[in-house]
Amino acid sequence: MTVATLQPNSELRDLYQELILDHSRRPRNFGKLGDATHIADGINPLCGDKLRLYLRLEDDQVVAAAFEGTGCAISVASASLLTEIVTGLDRTTALNYFEDVVAHLNGKLPAGLHTPELGRVQALEGVREFPARVKCATLAWQALESAISGQSRPATTE
Amino acid sequence: MKQACLDNSADTTIAALRSDFPVLQQEVHGQRLVYLDSAASAQVPRQVIAAIADYQSHDHANVHRGVHTLSHRATEAYEGARDKVQAFINARSRSEIILTSGTTEGINLVAQSFCRPVLKPGDKILITHLEHHSNIVPWQIVCEQTGAELVVAPIDSSGQLDQDAFFSMLDDRVKMVAAVHVSNALGTVNPVREITARCHALDIPVLLDGAQGVPHMTVDMQNLDCDFYAFSSHKMYGPTGVGVLYGKESLLDEMPPYQGGGDMILEVTFDGTTYNDLPYKFEAGTPNISGVVGLGAAVDYLQAVGLEKVSAHEADLLSYMMQQLSAIPDIQLYGTAASKASVQSFLLTDVHAHDLGTILDHQGIAVRTGHHCAMPVMQYFGIPGTARASLGLYNNTDDIDRLVAGIEKARQVFA
Repeated sequence: MTVATLQPNSELRDLYQELILDHSRRPRNFGKLGDATHIADGINPLCGDKLRLYLRLEDDQVVAAAFEGTGCAISVASASLLTEIVTGLDRTTALNYFEDVVAHLNGKLPAGLHTPELGRVQALEGVREFPARVKCATLAWQALESAISGQSRPATTE
Repeated sequence: MKQACLDNSADTTIAALRSDFPVLQQEVHGQRLVYLDSAASAQVPRQVIAAIADYQSHDHANVHRGVHTLSHRATEAYEGARDKVQAFINARSRSEIILTSGTTEGINLVAQSFCRPVLKPGDKILITHLEHHSNIVPWQIVCEQTGAELVVAPIDSSGQLDQDAFFSMLDDRVKMVAAVHVSNALGTVNPVREITARCHALDIPVLLDGAQGVPHMTVDMQNLDCDFYAFSSHKMYGPTGVGVLYGKESLLDEMPPYQGGGDMILEVTFDGTTYNDLPYKFEAGTPNISGVVGLGAAVDYLQAVGLEKVSAHEADLLSYMMQQLSAIPDIQLYGTAASKASVQSFLLTDVHAHDLGTILDHQGIAVRTGHHCAMPVMQYFGIPGTARASLGLYNNTDDIDRLVAGIEKARQVFA
C-alpha cells in the first residue's frame, strides 16, 4: 500500500472537511441549557445516535441554543453548527431554515428555498454523495423543528 | 504462523469457493468488493440462485393443494427442503421442523404459543445480556401480556456470559430460558449444552437463538437437547424471508397454533376448526415456497462444503484478523471471549463507528456499523455502537489486509 493510495479521495475530503472535523472535535454550545424553554430529542434508530436540543425562546426569538448527546462526526458537527446558526433567529426564520437545510442536504434545492444563503451549513453538503449519511446531517435539524413546534415525541430520521 | 495454517488444503478448497458467489465478483468505489458483513446477511452462491430460478421456472404452484402436476412438484420441493433441514440439524422428526419467515418469527411463536398460555404474574423469563433485539422484545411483550418478569443474566468485559450469575438466577419462578447461541455483536459462543443441562435439571425449557450458530458450526439438536432452536436462512447463504423453528415434538404438540389460516387446518366449519398435524399446524397461509427451496439448496451447499471445514477456515481467519487489528494504534476490540465465532467488533479512539463505516465503504469494504440490533450490549460497554467485521466462508486474508489498510486511512482522515 503506497502513501498515495492512502490519501483520502475528493468525495471523502468534501465530507470530512476541516470545518466539520473542527466542529465534531470541539462542538460548540455542547451541554445542557438550564433555562431552556423548548427541548426536543432527536433519534436515529438506524445507528442509535441520539441528541437533545435545548432552545431558549424570548418573544418568539431564539436567544440561546445548546445540545448534548452522542453521534458521528457529521451529526455532532451539524448540531454544533445549528446552535450557532439559529441563535438570534425568530421562530419562523428558524423553521424556514430547517426546511431549507433538509431540502438542500437531500439534494432538492432550489425548490422551496426560503433563505437566500445557507452559509456554513453548506459545509455539510458533502453528505449528498453519501446517501446513508444524509440522516446524520439532518438529525439535529429535525430536533429543531420538533422543539419549536412543541412535539412531544422524539424526532426521528425515519 | 497464520500463513502456514492458511496454506493447508482445507483452506485452498474453501478459498476456491469464492467464485461461487456472483455478488462478490464486483468492484465498489473502484476497488474489489471486500464483504465483511455476513453476520448481517450472508451472500448467496450461484447454486442457491439456480435452485430458486429453476423452481420458479419449472415447478411453481401452491403447495399441499390440488392434484395437478406442478402442485405436486412444488410440494415435493418444499417438503424435500424440510427433510434436508431435519437431517442438517439432526432433529428426530420432520414434524419438529417449522418453516418460518426467520429467527424473529420463530421466537415470537414460542413466546406467544408456548409461554403466553401458562405464564402468570410472578413468573420469570431469563435471558442474557448478549441478546439481539429479536430475543428480547418478544419476551418483553409476553411479560407485559401476562405480568411475568424478564430477568437478564450479566456478562463480563470480554463479552462472556457470567455463568455463575446465570446459574444462580435459575429458580422455580423461572419458566423459560432464552439465550443466544452465538452473539451477533461480539461473536461470543455461549456454553449452550451446559445451559440446557442445568435448566433441564430444574425442568426449565430452553430456547436458543441460533441465527449466528448454524452458519459457523455443526449444530445437532439431539446433542444440544434444547427445547427450541430458531435460525434464519439468510445468515447461512440462503435467501431472506425464510427461517426454521425447531421444537421438540412433545412440546409443539401441546401448543396452540400461532396464526390461523389455510394449510394449518384439517377441517373448518363455522362451529369450529380442527387443526392440522405438525408441522403444518404452525404454517398458516401459503408459505415462502421458493425461499424454502433456496434454504434447502443452501443446506446442500453447506453440507457439500462441510461445516467442519468452514469452522476451521473461519477460526484461522478470525485469529489472523484479531492479531492484525490488535496491532493498529488507538483501536479497541469489543468481544474477546475465549470461545468466539468469526465476528469482531471494534472502534478507533475518537472516531464514531458511522464515520469509520463510510470511510471503509469508500474503499470497497463493507462492514456493519451501529448497535447491531443489540443495544443492551452497547449500553454495557457504554458506547453507542461499533464497527463490526464478520467473516463468511468466502473471506480470505487479503480481505483482512484490505480492512486493516482501510482503518489506517480512517485514522489519517481523523488524525
